[in-house]
Amino acid sequence: MADEIELKTAPADFRFPTTNQTRHCFTCYIEFHGCLAAKGESNECERFAKYYRSLCPGEWVERWNEQRENGTFPGPL
Amino acid sequence: MIVLEWLFLTIAACDAAEPWQLGFQDAATPMMQGIIDLHHDIFFFLILILVFVLWILVRALWHFHYQKNPIPQRIVHGTTIEILWTIFPSIILMFIAIPSFALLYSMDEVVVDPAITIKAIGHQWYWTYEYSDYNSSDEQSLTFDSYMIPEDDLELGQLRLLEVDNRVVVPAKTHLRIIVTSADVLHSWAVPSLGVKCDAVPGRLNQISILVQREGVYYGQCSEICGTNHAFMPIVVEAVSRKDYGSWVSNQLIPQTGEA
Repeated sequence: MADEIELKTAPADFRFPTTNQTRHCFTCYIEFHGCLAAKGESNECERFAKYYRSLCPGEWVERWNEQRENGTFPGPL
Repeated sequence: MIVLEWLFLTIAACDAAEPWQLGFQDAATPMMQGIIDLHHDIFFFLILILVFVLWILVRALWHFHYQKNPIPQRIVHGTTIEILWTIFPSIILMFIAIPSFALLYSMDEVVVDPAITIKAIGHQWYWTYEYSDYNSSDEQSLTFDSYMIPEDDLELGQLRLLEVDNRVVVPAKTHLRIIVTSADVLHSWAVPSLGVKCDAVPGRLNQISILVQREGVYYGQCSEICGTNHAFMPIVVEAVSRKDYGSWVSNQLIPQTGEA
């Protein structure tokens, strides 16, 4: 088991400089799925996936995944 | 000389509330140290003004007693003194405002590259912590609930109403980003030693950046009324060396991956 845990996380995004990071999380999620739609399952999109997973609570991600499956996701995909 | 200084070094830092405590807990982050320093700056002027005002007040009451001094003076103007008692307070305010604004704006400095993101999610009546930097899928690999240890289950030496079963383990001397939110009602994630108090609002992600400067265990309590057990959902942050943090994360992740 690799003992070196890499200490890396979503960097600060200057589009969201304030305390409220709700839109940052939402935007990262949308960017990931936009990247998937544009490029398919590639390693570049994995970077965006890491960002939204770091920022967004698990419950929110599950809810959005369900909404995407139902077609009720309230955002541009 | 060094030996003498050593005798006065704090051997055990105050990182939790003490009975009959009057002052702040010991600072463990630059932010808290800044707050304490600002408090000292302001307190100096506060004492000056307090002594001055009390002196004038007591003196007036003592010397101008109605029986000792029955005839009051009828002075209504005094341009010089009026100018003085406008200018001096402005100068004092300037001395207070400068360190205050310096601290306020330094709090807003964006840390470009935090090393870790930890999510603190408030529930009624416990905290959930998610360390999602190590997820390889949408499945949460490192998440746990943090409940207060009831009084009946405390061991000798543990702190009442402050201990929890699972602490928030963080690496010391590392930039952390903490995202605070709530799954139901308003809560607030507060740890005095770290100079942190951040409201947990459902539907909102509040970000705070901290840098814990020394290893140790830091205690805090929920700071926004959230129901009947609001007083019983404390927060405990344990800052360890980076190496120990790495081992802790690996140990937490092993059962999920199922690999040796």
